[in-house]
Amino acid sequence: MANTFIIEPQSGEQLAQDLKLGRRASRSGGLFQPELLKAALGQSVLMLRPDVQWKNPVMFVVEIGTVLTLIYTVAKAAGYESAASLNYLVALDVWLVLTLLFSNFASALAEARGKAQAESLRKTRQETPAQLLRNYRKNGPADFEHNDWRPEWTDSSRLQAGDVVLVEAGHVIPSDGEIVAGVASIDESAITGESAPVIREAGGDRSGVTGGTRVLSDRIVVEITAAAGSTFLDRMIALVEGASRQRTPNEIALTLVLAAFTFVFLMVTATLWPMASYVEHYMTGFNGTPVRSLGTDVPTLVALLVCLIPTTIGALLAAIGIAGMDRALRANVLAKSGKAVEVAGDVDTLLLDKTGTITLGNRHATQFVPFGNYSPGQLAYLAALASGEDETPEGKSIVDLYRQLRTSQAADGDYGNATVLVPPGAKFIPFTAQSRMSGVDLPNEKALRKGAPDAVIKYVDQKGGALPSGLKARINSVASKGATPLLVAEGSDVAGIVVLEDVLKPGIADRFQRLRQMGLRTVMITGDNPLTAAAIAKDAGVDDFLAEATPEAKLAYIRKEQAEGKLVAMMGDGTNDAPALAQADVGVAMNSGTQAAKEAGNMVDLDSDPTKLIETVEIGKQLLMTRGALTTFSIANDVAKYFAIVPAMFAGTLPWLKTVDVMNLHSPTSAILSAVIFNALIIPLLIPIALKGVKYRPIGADALLRRNLLIWGLGGVVTPFVGIKLIDIAMVALHLAV
Amino acid sequence: MLQFQVWTLPVLILTATTALAIPLSRYLAWIMDGHFAPPKPLTWIEQRLDTGAQNWKQYAVSLLLFNTVMFVFGFVVLTLQPVFGLNPDGKGMLAPTTIFNSAISFLTNTNLQHYSGEQHLSYASQIFFVCWNMFVSASVGFCALAAIVRALRGDARMGNFYLDMWRVVAYIFVPAALVMGILLLADGVPMTLHGGASATTVEPGGMGSNDAGQSQPQQIARGPVAAIIPIKHLGTNGGGFFGANSAHPFENPSAWSNMLTVVNYCLFPFALVLMFGRMLKKMRHAWMIFGVMMSIFLAMTGWAIYWDTLQPNPGLAGLPVDQHLGNLEGKELRFGTSAGAAFAAGTTAITCGSVNCAHDSLNPLAGITPLAGMWLNCVFGGKGVGLINMLLYLIIGVFIAGLMVGRTPEYLGKKVEAREMKLAMLALLVHPILILMPTGLFIASDWGAKATNNPGAHGFTEVLYEFSSASANNGSGFEGLGDTYGNNDNPNPAPYSPNWDIATGLVMLFSRFIPIVAPMALAASLAAKKPTPFTVGTMRTDTLTFGLVLLGTIIMVGALLFLPVAALGPIAEHLGPTPFGG
Repeated sequence: MANTFIIEPQSGEQLAQDLKLGRRASRSGGLFQPELLKAALGQSVLMLRPDVQWKNPVMFVVEIGTVLTLIYTVAKAAGYESAASLNYLVALDVWLVLTLLFSNFASALAEARGKAQAESLRKTRQETPAQLLRNYRKNGPADFEHNDWRPEWTDSSRLQAGDVVLVEAGHVIPSDGEIVAGVASIDESAITGESAPVIREAGGDRSGVTGGTRVLSDRIVVEITAAAGSTFLDRMIALVEGASRQRTPNEIALTLVLAAFTFVFLMVTATLWPMASYVEHYMTGFNGTPVRSLGTDVPTLVALLVCLIPTTIGALLAAIGIAGMDRALRANVLAKSGKAVEVAGDVDTLLLDKTGTITLGNRHATQFVPFGNYSPGQLAYLAALASGEDETPEGKSIVDLYRQLRTSQAADGDYGNATVLVPPGAKFIPFTAQSRMSGVDLPNEKALRKGAPDAVIKYVDQKGGALPSGLKARINSVASKGATPLLVAEGSDVAGIVVLEDVLKPGIADRFQRLRQMGLRTVMITGDNPLTAAAIAKDAGVDDFLAEATPEAKLAYIRKEQAEGKLVAMMGDGTNDAPALAQADVGVAMNSGTQAAKEAGNMVDLDSDPTKLIETVEIGKQLLMTRGALTTFSIANDVAKYFAIVPAMFAGTLPWLKTVDVMNLHSPTSAILSAVIFNALIIPLLIPIALKGVKYRPIGADALLRRNLLIWGLGGVVTPFVGIKLIDIAMVALHLAV
Repeated sequence: MLQFQVWTLPVLILTATTALAIPLSRYLAWIMDGHFAPPKPLTWIEQRLDTGAQNWKQYAVSLLLFNTVMFVFGFVVLTLQPVFGLNPDGKGMLAPTTIFNSAISFLTNTNLQHYSGEQHLSYASQIFFVCWNMFVSASVGFCALAAIVRALRGDARMGNFYLDMWRVVAYIFVPAALVMGILLLADGVPMTLHGGASATTVEPGGMGSNDAGQSQPQQIARGPVAAIIPIKHLGTNGGGFFGANSAHPFENPSAWSNMLTVVNYCLFPFALVLMFGRMLKKMRHAWMIFGVMMSIFLAMTGWAIYWDTLQPNPGLAGLPVDQHLGNLEGKELRFGTSAGAAFAAGTTAITCGSVNCAHDSLNPLAGITPLAGMWLNCVFGGKGVGLINMLLYLIIGVFIAGLMVGRTPEYLGKKVEAREMKLAMLALLVHPILILMPTGLFIASDWGAKATNNPGAHGFTEVLYEFSSASANNGSGFEGLGDTYGNNDNPNPAPYSPNWDIATGLVMLFSRFIPIVAPMALAASLAAKKPTPFTVGTMRTDTLTFGLVLLGTIIMVGALLFLPVAALGPIAEHLGPTPFGG
């Protein structure tokens, strides 16, 4: 018998998954929705303001150059003598301004998308009436019927942190908070999109509620933890909108590199002016007649500068950062900062909770092991009887297994043939944390119990029954296979063991394989004993496990990993997870978790889906890759631009440099304009890449580097040769080239 | 035979040098890691010098302090030349600007010579200024590299500058120079403190006659040449005892000594790359760097030989001249036909700056090779600093390519972030800026335009070359520039030579010390970080793929910046009519 087996997701789960995907698809929409485009277009003109451009050194230099070119154009129109024609200068102006606009458009579009995203979240934040309880004493008894709370209607916008409100069925929770009394089912679909209501109750780890969600049944008393406008969600929305977006460390480093490149190219072009003037001087002496070249024409030098400095990545850098946050949001993960998303890409170790992440939440009965005179069928029947009214998934699975066996082994009378399992008059004994067993007292006074082995053994002892020989050994052998033994007792007799097994999530081993290829170590966190944990860890294919995990053990494990220089990501929901969430480099708190957990982590998963960590890591990696790819592309582009512009600049003085022009462009001005146009057009063409991100593939760093070098490095060298030539051909065809 | 001489010989020399560099690198790492226990008197000296382990700031301050003292010392020695003694030929004092230039030039391992050794320097200056500086300036770069390697491998301290200096000079350069000196002596290089020899020419009046009608004897300059030449090459200094440098028969008497010379200047730069790997315990990584350097080195040498030795001299086209041996103008044929071009490629890539042919007379396109060698400044490069420059390219390559694998870039397990990039860009970009800015300034003004012997593209190259050589701390000259003032009492100095003295002096100074100090800060910054473990998600820096990344970075960041000036200089000269201008 395999000690675990994989089952297909239940239909209900499947449905929820479909719903989520459908909603995400509808929310993401196309990259270029008309209303977003319109907003972004207007914004890109406004963003021409120098104080906005100043933040982006590359584009700021372009703006200065554009102004300089405009001045020269006006001067030329007014009769200033220059080697360039007026038409050429005007065309240059237009394309330089377009370069700026395209760059602004990229950031504006990313921001508009973020805003649209934020808007859909903000809809949940509308003003709602709230019943403020001025008289509520936090530590007093919570009696919903008899109290002196004196509810007072107020507006959600007036609530302060620390206020206590009463929310009743049908009402919207006015702001983020923590339940201090009561239990309620809550519809969180406004936030998570999940249609199934969730249970939230005071105490424990599921006490957090989010503003904008609706109480469906019962009522709760909520202590507000954030004033309106400063809730977790509000802060996230501000980040996504870009208003309070701070540049991440990596973005700062890259901006620095780009600024340095810009500076050195500025030097290259600025020093070209005196050199070109020297060439004019000696060629004039050589020819005997004055010669001019575009090399001393300032607008042309600006054109060269704009083509050489990394405008492509400079224009898209902000958009890439915003889009990264946005992608996280689309995955229903709210990051507290762009840095958190970026760090996720660097994570080395993932701490994953066993339950819900690696295994399906519940254990299933897989086998009945009878003792003494009991046959398997009898044991199954007794176990099913004992679980007849047990609504826990484990209990239901025992009944299911019994029914299954009865159908397949109908010939065996032992399985009984009662259609009504629990006879009338039976008294169900529920599971309690003290007794650690449940069961049923049948009318014929036979008591059935099932539960943790030590609890049942104690029960049997008390009844004066004898324990079958080899019981302990059997129990241990079940545990060592990663399964959980339940003992079933009929009166004072031990009938046998029900084997409960963890069920791995479908495809989980493949996911871990994928993570390993990404270079991540996975660690399973479980409350199980080491034997069971080891068996499940082996089946799931995780790299390590932490058994009998306490919050302290988790914290210690994270610290140990970090001491080795590793970055650790973990997911948690409980208050006792908070220290570990804070210690982890990436702490994802589940939205269903407590406020303390949410405050401690640096991301919140609105879906409360424990596998989200994996997605988060990929989003982080994508963000960094997109930056690297577009930087490489941008710099690689320079080769072709040099070959187009340098010979063109000196065509007037050193016509033989034409040999260097491998693209054989039509004329000096068409060559320079083609390069400038290519440089401008590549920006909007790459916006989709910037917003969607370069696809991450878990194929190992070396293969990934080879792949991206080929696409973005080699592609970056070749594309502009083709592009510039095509633009030149088009200009000639349209009779625009002089 | 011709093919052997043109291609096989350079390849054999490089192969032999690589073979020698492997055991040498072991010795270097052994010395720099302090495993050598010297005899007692030397231990006593070491104890006096060792002021304790230093952090990067202390190390850098010690290094700069030492260099300041050396600058003052050099300045004083040159200024006092007329009264110092050991001056059998009674050399006078150089112009102050030339002293300034030379003091910096030798301090910075550049050995740009705006003077001519046999005309302007006394033996005292040759020994106490030139020879002394050749030993210590080479050691400074060596020490800086050793300090950086220690930081990169995670040592808490960078070592002690004074102790490092002692070890490099006493245990590495002095023994090596002694061995080479003996080999050169055997080949006929002079070693004497007597003044110039006076010889009666075979042809009476061959050197002219005096007023009384008697034949003038020929004055043959000589001196303690064999003491200086070994360290000139072993330390990639390149400053000649004579103005003609390694083309002079007393510096480089034969094809054999020429081969020795090439092996000498290649040996330590090759071995240092491998020492880097040994000290880091990352030999694969070191061989990757070595491979990238060697491929550029071979490409540049091949380019020079192809365009110079295998192509005719365009200036002689149409004249009844047999050009099947290639361009022979400005070559010393006793070394072989390709020896000039191959030597030019090596001496600039390795920033030695010694020359055995007139770079001015290389065919225009072949002239790109020495220029490119100095522009890149990392193809083995100068002692220590060449590899430091390569590490800067490597950091930039790591940063950009590292992002493409979806992680914060790491080098040797340390995250490369804003501070590191700031320092790397600063150190790397000083070099192109200090070439392009003064070239633009000089070429557009009389300082440059009136100082060149040849107007037009060739004159442009002369100016460009001079600043490239100064900024790369190379020291070779394209020549053809009026940059020599001569003695202070020279009645007819080249008019703009003080401008050249001061400008190149400043360029040498800044492009020496900024790219030494900034990388030290960078390495210290990396050293202070916690190492990240290596996973399959980590980009490896010892693979062929990364070699290509590094090569691409060098070409994109290092070479392309100079494409416009290359077009205006050698390319325009090659493509244009000969000669234009006039």
